[in-house]
Amino acid sequence: MNDGAAKALLTVDHLTMRFGGLVAIDDVSFVANDTQITAIIGPNGAGKTTVFNCLTGFYAPTVGRLALDARHGMFLLERMDDFRITQRARVARTFQNIRLFPAMSVLENLVVAQHNRLMRASGYTIAGLLGFGSYRRAERDAVERARYWLDQVRLTDRADINAGNLPYGAQRRLEIARAMCTDPVLLCLDEPAAGLNPRETAELNELLLFVRNDHKIGILLIEHDMRVVMGISDHIVVLDYGRKISDGTPEAVRTDPAVIRAYLGEEEDEELPPEVAADLHLDGDGT
Amino acid sequence: MALQDGTLNGSPAKSRLDFVGAAKGAAIAGVVAFGLTVVMVGFKTVDRPGGLGLETRWDWVALAVGVVVVGRFFLQLYWQVRAPKRVVRVDFGEYLATFMAHYGKYVMGIFLVLAVGMPFLPGVGRYHVDIATLVVTYIMLGWGLNIVVGLAGLLDLGYVAFYAVGAYSYALIATYYDWSFWVCLPLAGAFAAFFGILLGFPVLRLRGDYLAIVTLGFGEIIRIILLNWYSLTNGPDGVSNIPRPSFFGLPFERSPPEGLESFHSFFGIEYSSIHRIAFLYYLILVLALATNAFTIRIRKLPIGRAWEALREDEIACRSLGINPTSTKLTAFAIGAMFGGFAGSFFATRQGFISPESFTFIESAVILAIVVLGGMGSQIGVVVAAVLLIGGTEVFRELEEYRMLAFGAAMVAIMVWRPRGLLAHREPTLRLAQRRRSSGDEDAT
Repeated sequence: MNDGAAKALLTVDHLTMRFGGLVAIDDVSFVANDTQITAIIGPNGAGKTTVFNCLTGFYAPTVGRLALDARHGMFLLERMDDFRITQRARVARTFQNIRLFPAMSVLENLVVAQHNRLMRASGYTIAGLLGFGSYRRAERDAVERARYWLDQVRLTDRADINAGNLPYGAQRRLEIARAMCTDPVLLCLDEPAAGLNPRETAELNELLLFVRNDHKIGILLIEHDMRVVMGISDHIVVLDYGRKISDGTPEAVRTDPAVIRAYLGEEEDEELPPEVAADLHLDGDGT
Repeated sequence: MALQDGTLNGSPAKSRLDFVGAAKGAAIAGVVAFGLTVVMVGFKTVDRPGGLGLETRWDWVALAVGVVVVGRFFLQLYWQVRAPKRVVRVDFGEYLATFMAHYGKYVMGIFLVLAVGMPFLPGVGRYHVDIATLVVTYIMLGWGLNIVVGLAGLLDLGYVAFYAVGAYSYALIATYYDWSFWVCLPLAGAFAAFFGILLGFPVLRLRGDYLAIVTLGFGEIIRIILLNWYSLTNGPDGVSNIPRPSFFGLPFERSPPEGLESFHSFFGIEYSSIHRIAFLYYLILVLALATNAFTIRIRKLPIGRAWEALREDEIACRSLGINPTSTKLTAFAIGAMFGGFAGSFFATRQGFISPESFTFIESAVILAIVVLGGMGSQIGVVVAAVLLIGGTEVFRELEEYRMLAFGAAMVAIMVWRPRGLLAHREPTLRLAQRRRSSGDEDAT
């Protein structure tokens, strides 16, 4: 748990997303605090990734306000283009199915993430073409920053191989490092633990706690793995069929009858202890 | 191919030779050969008084079938006897790519020395310099297109449009305003870049096949406009009497106009028509090398890395705050600009241009150079251009079979090296190298 006086970083108000007749998200409101880890959980098809896509500009929400109140300013994300959300509002994201640049080296992946800073330093290419020293310095800084994050995700010795040749777990870590290289104030992770083994999951928890504590940024997390969600979240939002059904601390959510009902079905909610309820969905959906 | 156990250890067992099988295979081959040759070789049309006559050549057919049957029989026996030399096939292409990765610089250097010294080599005449000029023009076009296709991954089938825009810009400006080549060249490049952006806007959202179709259409639109805008472009008659370039104001003429000194008299050498040819060759060489230097440099800048990232995954690029619109448009504009430079060179070299020169086949050849060379590989473009353009010139005697050989070569390369001759990508940055150099700095 973080200190009690947390400041709201992202305020989602009445977010609704319709695809034709299908309502993917129905009037969802929640708050993600600065320097806290907020997890969004829910059964498959609950609309978690759609929330992310609205947040990062890949979808324009039908209704709702997404306000980011960061140290560097106030942004209404629903009005911004996807790339400007990263560039100006500094919201970074990773993807459920990893999206690296497979034919580029690990280091290049991290340097591409610092594109906007380097573009400015290279005088929008012109100073860079002429070989000004200022650009070379900026590039050295970019490599240093990349090296820092490579050290954090333990990929330094594999910096020069192609990202596509990394094992799966390393690719997940690299994607987080790449998102961090954009220098975000809010990091959105879409199922970062998917496909990781228990040891890698424990390392992921440590990495996320390190990012929260040392870099003082907010993390928004979609995750099915309860070892991650219950282990590190400060705050959990539960979605089901596009609606928010619960919102609170891990302890509160764990014992919320509405959550247990969503995961396990109507009848047997009273009999099961909450730990079991939270873990059970790992074996498949409880419908 | 039946590799029998006995042959695996390298000692062919003669007793196990399958003569019946070989004979069977030979017979089948013979039937196929007969079927093919009976029509193609067996009959010949001849001119006879009163019309065409048919002549039969059964002896030729028999000979062909005989050769096939005997050859196939022994070939099959050989396959049975042959010990497999190595279980792992050595991929020559892979070897070539690694070789180029290590020694590419030296190979480039040798190419460069050869290219610069070419006109002075003994036995090199006007014809050879002309071919070399053509090859280097295509190398430059290939390098220009490589920015769009190889780096940014935007499949452009209408690249010749920019070549045409450059050529016509140069031709029209130079003939109407009588400005010098060195003034018209950047203007032509700027016009072509403008057209690149013009094409870029509508296709920003398109990828792959759809993008290819639209760019193909764009190439045709430009050609048809050039053909029909008679008042400006003179339509199918083309633009003629395009001023030839001068050597910094010194024309290459035997008897220059009043008040001008010509190249040969200024340097006090005998007049020779090869001076102009050689000058044009060096001109395109310098332009091409400038294109190459620019590409190598820009690849290591953020914009170049963003192009490559865009080629790899556009959605990931957006999530990292890279503006896909401006990134793509820069790629189109810069690629088009080099196409425009090459176009103005083409116009000044030919002295005459018409829409005929800018058909789709030109785009296809340039794209083939980039793809066969290996997308994004600079030296690959050189090799492919020398093979495709130089090759077709060398085999000019083959006449119409030239295109057949061309097609066969393309198929062979695509089977042999589907990613291009020299598809090997070097990272633009290395951590290991940096560590060594920073260690050196610490030591001093």
